[in-house]
Amino acid sequence: MASTALADSRWIARGEERTSLPQFLLWLAPWAVVLALGVYAAGLCLYYGLNQTNMDNRFAFGLWIFLDLGVIALGAGAFFTGFLVYILKRAELQPILNTAVVVGFICYSGAVGILMIDVGQPLRAWFTFWHPNTHSMLTEVTFCISCYLLVLCLEYIPILLRNRQLRKLPSFLVFEHQLHKLVPVLAGVGTLLSFFHQGSLGGLYGVLRGRPFAFREGFFIWPSTFFLFILSAIASGPSFLMLVTATVEKVTGRRLVPQELFQRLGFISGVLLAIYIAAKSIDTLIWLNFTSPSMGFAPWQYYSYKPFGLPIVFAEIVLFGLLPAFLLTYRRTAKRRGLLLSAAALACAGILLNRFVLTVQTLALPTLAFDDFLHYTPSWQEVASFGGVLGYGVIVYSLSYRYLPLFAHAKEGGNTHVSGS
Amino acid sequence: MLVRRVSNGMEGSAQREVFIPITCMHCEHETPCVSVCPQQAVEVDKATGIVMQMPQRCLGCRYCMTACPYHARYFNWWDPAWPAGMEKSLNPGVAVRMRGVVEKCNMCHARLHSAMAKAAAAGKREINLADYVPACVEACPTAAIRFGNLADQNDPVSHEARSPDAFRLLARLDTEPKVYYKSKEAWVKALAESKSGPGSEVKRSEVKHG
Repeated sequence: MASTALADSRWIARGEERTSLPQFLLWLAPWAVVLALGVYAAGLCLYYGLNQTNMDNRFAFGLWIFLDLGVIALGAGAFFTGFLVYILKRAELQPILNTAVVVGFICYSGAVGILMIDVGQPLRAWFTFWHPNTHSMLTEVTFCISCYLLVLCLEYIPILLRNRQLRKLPSFLVFEHQLHKLVPVLAGVGTLLSFFHQGSLGGLYGVLRGRPFAFREGFFIWPSTFFLFILSAIASGPSFLMLVTATVEKVTGRRLVPQELFQRLGFISGVLLAIYIAAKSIDTLIWLNFTSPSMGFAPWQYYSYKPFGLPIVFAEIVLFGLLPAFLLTYRRTAKRRGLLLSAAALACAGILLNRFVLTVQTLALPTLAFDDFLHYTPSWQEVASFGGVLGYGVIVYSLSYRYLPLFAHAKEGGNTHVSGS
Repeated sequence: MLVRRVSNGMEGSAQREVFIPITCMHCEHETPCVSVCPQQAVEVDKATGIVMQMPQRCLGCRYCMTACPYHARYFNWWDPAWPAGMEKSLNPGVAVRMRGVVEKCNMCHARLHSAMAKAAAAGKREINLADYVPACVEACPTAAIRFGNLADQNDPVSHEARSPDAFRLLARLDTEPKVYYKSKEAWVKALAESKSGPGSEVKRSEVKHG
C-alpha cells in the first residue's frame, strides 16, 4: 500500500498538497457507483431501445433534452472565459481558465454522450454530416457541438500533458508547447462555434411554428430565442465556474483563487444577466402582444395550466434574474462571499428553469384545442443515465484537480480553511 | 392513425360527441417536420404533395415529432414483433421499419408505386386514379374517409374541400394542411380551428385506437 501511495504521489505536481490516496479513493467511490449505475441504465436504453424511457409519441423529448440544454449553457464558461482572456485580454481571469476548460469539457462530452443515447439509431449519427439539412437548427447544433468538443479536447490536452510524469516525456513536452501556442486560436474558434451552437439550441424550439408557446419571430433566419440563449449562456457560465471553484475550495479546504476574481466573475455574470433579462422581458412582451395573437392563440391561456402559471414567469425574470443580477453587481453584496455564491446559484437555477420551460413546458402544453395538457415523469433509466454524467463529471474533475495543475496561476493557501462567508 | 373522441363539454341531452381521426396533414407550406429534420429524412414530394418519410435515413432524434402540432408522427419504441405465423401476412410491398425510427402516414406510397408501375407497364405516364387508394380509405366501412386530387378543380374531393362545411385543423398556423374535415356543427369547426385557443371550455378527448 505504501508503495502504491508513493507511486501515486509521483504523479502529483511537485509542491502541491493533496489528500492521501485512500481518502481520495473513498471520495471517488460513491461517484463511481453513480457512474456505474448510469452506464448500466444507458446500456439498457441502447440495448432494449428507448422503450426504457417514459417518453411517448406526444412527449417525444424529455428529461435528457432539458438537462442537455442546461448543461451546455452552464458549460459556456469555458468558451466565454477563453474569449475574455485571449481575445479581450482580461488577464486577471487567467487563474480560472484551466478549470473552465475542464468544466466545459465535462459538460459538453457528457451532453454529447447523453444525446447519443437519446437518439433511436445512434449508429446513424454520421448521417447528419453526410446528408445535412442546412435549414435545420439541429444540423447547426450537431456540427457546432461536435467541432467545439474537438476544440475542448485540444484545449484539455495541454493541461493533461502538464502532468508531472507526462512532462518527463520530451515528445509530450514539445507537443504540449506547440499546442499551447495554438490555444488563443482555439479560443477564437471555440467562441465562434459556441456562439452558433448556443444560439441554435435556442433556435431549436424558437422555430417551431407548430408550438405557438415556443415560436418566436426573429432576425433573418434566427428566432429571438437564438440570441437569448447566447446571452443567457454567457451570463450563467461565469456563475457556474464560480460555484464549481467554490465547491472545490470547500471540499479541499484550500483557497484556490482570490476573492477579487470571484467578484470579477460575478460582476461579468451579473451585467450579462441584467442585459439578458431586459432582452427576455422585451421578447416576452412582443410574444404576448404580437407573435402569439397573430397566430390566433391567446397567450395567457398557456399560463392557465398548473403548475405552469405566471409564477414561473415571475421566478424566471425577478427571482432568478433581476435579484441575482443585482446581488452580483452591487459592490456591497458582491463583497460578501455567501451572498455572491447564492446569487451565482440563483443565476444558474434561472437558466435551468428557462431551459425547462422551453423544453418540457412547451411539450406539455396543447396546441390542438381538444388536446390535453400532457404529463411526463422520467423513468429511473433516464434519471440514472444523467446521474451517470454527474458521476463522470465529478470523477474527471477530481482526477484533473489531483494530478493536473488546474490552479497553477493561483497561490494556493495550503491548508487554509475556507469559511462559507 | 389516431381517432380522437371529442365532446362539446355539455351535459345530458345537450351533449354532443364527434370522432376526429388524426393523421399526417401533409402540410404544404413551411412543412414543420421537413425543415427541422437534420438529415433530410423527410421531404415533400413536389409531384404529389405527399410528405415522405425515409426510415432508412432517420436518426430517431424525434425533432420532427416535437415540431408536428398534430402529434401525427410515431416513434418505433419497440422492435417490430408479431405472434408466431403472423409474419406471413406482412405486406411484401412495404418494408418493416426497425426500432428507433420515426414513421408516419405516407398515403400508402407503396400503393402509389404499384399504380405507377401498372401505368408504366401499360405505356402511360399518368396513373389511373382508381388504381391508387390509401388503405384507410379502402378499409373505412362507412366511406367516411375520401381521397382525391386537391389540385384538380374537377375532382370530387377537391370540390368537397371547398364546401362551406369543410375545415382544416389549425389552418391558422399557415402550414397549408391537405387533410380536410367536414361537419355542419359550428362547435366542431370552432374546436378544430382552436379558435379559443388551448384551454378553452371544450377540450375533452380520448384516444380511441392507434
